[in-house]
Amino acid sequence: MREYSLDDEVDFLIIGTGAGGGTLAGRLAEMGFSVVALDAGAYFRPLDDFASDETEQEKLYWNDRRIVDGGTPLQMGGKNSGKAVGGSMVHFAMVSLRFRPEWFRSRSVLGYGADWPLDWREMWRYYREAELALAISGPVTYPWGPKRPRYPYRAHEINSAGRLLALGAEALGYQWTETPLATVSAPRGKSPPCVYRGFCRFGCSTNAKQSTLNTWIPRALAAGAEIRDLAMAGRIEVKGDRATGVHFHREGAWHFQRARNVVVAGYAVETPRLLLNSATSRHPHGLANRSGLVGKYFMTQSNQAVFGRMRDEVRWYKGPPSFTITEHWNYDDRKDFFGGYCWMAQGPLPIEWGFIQTGARGLWGEALRQDMLNYNHQVGLKMVGETLPDAANTVTLADEVDQYGLRIPRITFSWGENDRKLIGHAISEMTRSLEAIGAEDIFPQREDANHLAGTARMGFTPEDSVVDADCRSWDIPNLWVCDGSVFPTTGGVNPSLTIQAIALRTADRIKAMAGRGEL
Amino acid sequence: MNRRFPGYDVLTKRTGPSWNEATRQAVDLRLAVPREPRFFSMAEWAVLDRVSQRIIPQPPGRPPVPIAALIDAKMLRMGAAGTRIEPMPWDGDAWKLALAALEAEAVMRHGQGFAALDDRTADALLTAMQKGEPAGAPWQRVPPGLFFAKRLLPDIVEAYYGHPTAWSEIGFGGPASPRGYVRLDTNRHDPWEAAEAKSEGDLKAYRHNRHVA
Repeated sequence: MREYSLDDEVDFLIIGTGAGGGTLAGRLAEMGFSVVALDAGAYFRPLDDFASDETEQEKLYWNDRRIVDGGTPLQMGGKNSGKAVGGSMVHFAMVSLRFRPEWFRSRSVLGYGADWPLDWREMWRYYREAELALAISGPVTYPWGPKRPRYPYRAHEINSAGRLLALGAEALGYQWTETPLATVSAPRGKSPPCVYRGFCRFGCSTNAKQSTLNTWIPRALAAGAEIRDLAMAGRIEVKGDRATGVHFHREGAWHFQRARNVVVAGYAVETPRLLLNSATSRHPHGLANRSGLVGKYFMTQSNQAVFGRMRDEVRWYKGPPSFTITEHWNYDDRKDFFGGYCWMAQGPLPIEWGFIQTGARGLWGEALRQDMLNYNHQVGLKMVGETLPDAANTVTLADEVDQYGLRIPRITFSWGENDRKLIGHAISEMTRSLEAIGAEDIFPQREDANHLAGTARMGFTPEDSVVDADCRSWDIPNLWVCDGSVFPTTGGVNPSLTIQAIALRTADRIKAMAGRGEL
Repeated sequence: MNRRFPGYDVLTKRTGPSWNEATRQAVDLRLAVPREPRFFSMAEWAVLDRVSQRIIPQPPGRPPVPIAALIDAKMLRMGAAGTRIEPMPWDGDAWKLALAALEAEAVMRHGQGFAALDDRTADALLTAMQKGEPAGAPWQRVPPGLFFAKRLLPDIVEAYYGHPTAWSEIGFGGPASPRGYVRLDTNRHDPWEAAEAKSEGDLKAYRHNRHVA
């Protein structure tokens, strides 16, 4: 690996190496820019470091101090954070979906949320690039939306839980398909085909999963980028309206890396936290925050579920948890809410299944232990739903500090009226689907959430947003944000492919601007 | 004897192709967890141990999963980090406050400590806690319903269902790298997965499970 000295003024210093930062680091390095990418987490080697174990693999999550509050405080952890080179993609469920075209113009076309300053046709091209980069395994024909080419790798065979989703969807008259997944169905380079071990959400120990960690990071290294792990960014240094570098903590001390451009890619909590923690007298409310929107419009996605029990043995612990999907393009129907959702087959491992039993049903005692004996007969459907942007949902700074002495984030969240209607609709539809396949003892899991977004939204003017369509901040032209924070709305599918597509587009835009001397 | 998956012990796969070295190290460490309090005081431990026994009553005839010891270890490791929910303090402090509050509640209601309560009385008190009924100064920073749902149940569940004994009990395949699985369809299982007893004393399932490796 090439290493830069602290005095080297690198072209791009990227903070965070997940779906946004890792992808951008790879592409910018391949374009010939000098790149250093910091990550607060470790650079794990999956073959040696990853156990098949829910508890041990908590080392992949962001477990530094955070505070949650609000009407429905969010559960933080595995489903919405990562602390490792490769970011949360190291333990993501590999679900790689495109947004619906209309979601990029939900305000003007659908009447809710905010428009994106991006055109879906341009995004369609970058989605394809991201799918090729990760060799997504998926169906020959995807049933919904504008035409797209067949996926690079064939779809995986389907496990029992996935088949049951299909049966239920067919009974209700809905289409279903194999979920496009970022785990290879045939060999690819050093990646063997997926062996269906089922611990995908706890890190893939065989490297079948195609995450930032084993796709873009190696490409970045090969192109001369430096990946600096265990490096916690504490403050972006700004002179006037230009960023000059970043103070970061590594090996017990603070250092300063000089840079011509700084890219923040820490996701929807750490990104606003760093911008707010970098306030100066000239930027008293934090960097890139003249609009006052840094930390605002924090979003999650609804991740409620319905579970039931089959007479048959399902053994949902085998394989990726979400082999099949039905996208519910529900605003074509007559509904009393905005937004869309999809649902997917499920395969919680024992601890998570215990959390669901205690969390959703309040079970404990002998009733809990007895019910857990039915583990191999359980089946479930879990939604990924759109949450509307609400300025009252925020990431702000608390007065308490973490192990680096940095003020910690306070995450304030409440479901809105529309969110609850959408969730209620999804729960009733998923319940009907489980009833149709003869599941017994059906129950809903009414509180759960996953992916994050917002807090540094992109937009059309310096007043309505933090960054422009190119992820460049309006206030500080050499400060960029490239992660899920820039989403003005969340859409009703998993966001990682969209984050990658935006990163690929941003790299192209940077190259074009550099060519014109506009950086 | 495990009646649902007779003769199945996920640990018989420990040295086989379903466990890699990282998994062996992680699970070995868990199995060797010290059985005495290091984070909690003796008094707190006594309450925690009793709470754990009531939340997950363990069957006789096999060594119990040391739930209290595993929670003690977890709080030692990360009791001052992670995410806290307002108004609760960080996890380790929240546990200490809640155990003290539960003990005080038991003394107030029944004139004796929680660990000394009979099963029915202990369960009734835990049910009251789950419903958020206890009030007063000791519960101020650990609202009983909130603590019960967000800290007490999850930590006990994680300790128990993260233990190989529980994996065997529910017929979970357990660690699975690098071998993974081949048979994914309904009612199919690989030779290295647990067979479920179809009736009391199902010898076929027992013979299968004795050969899981």
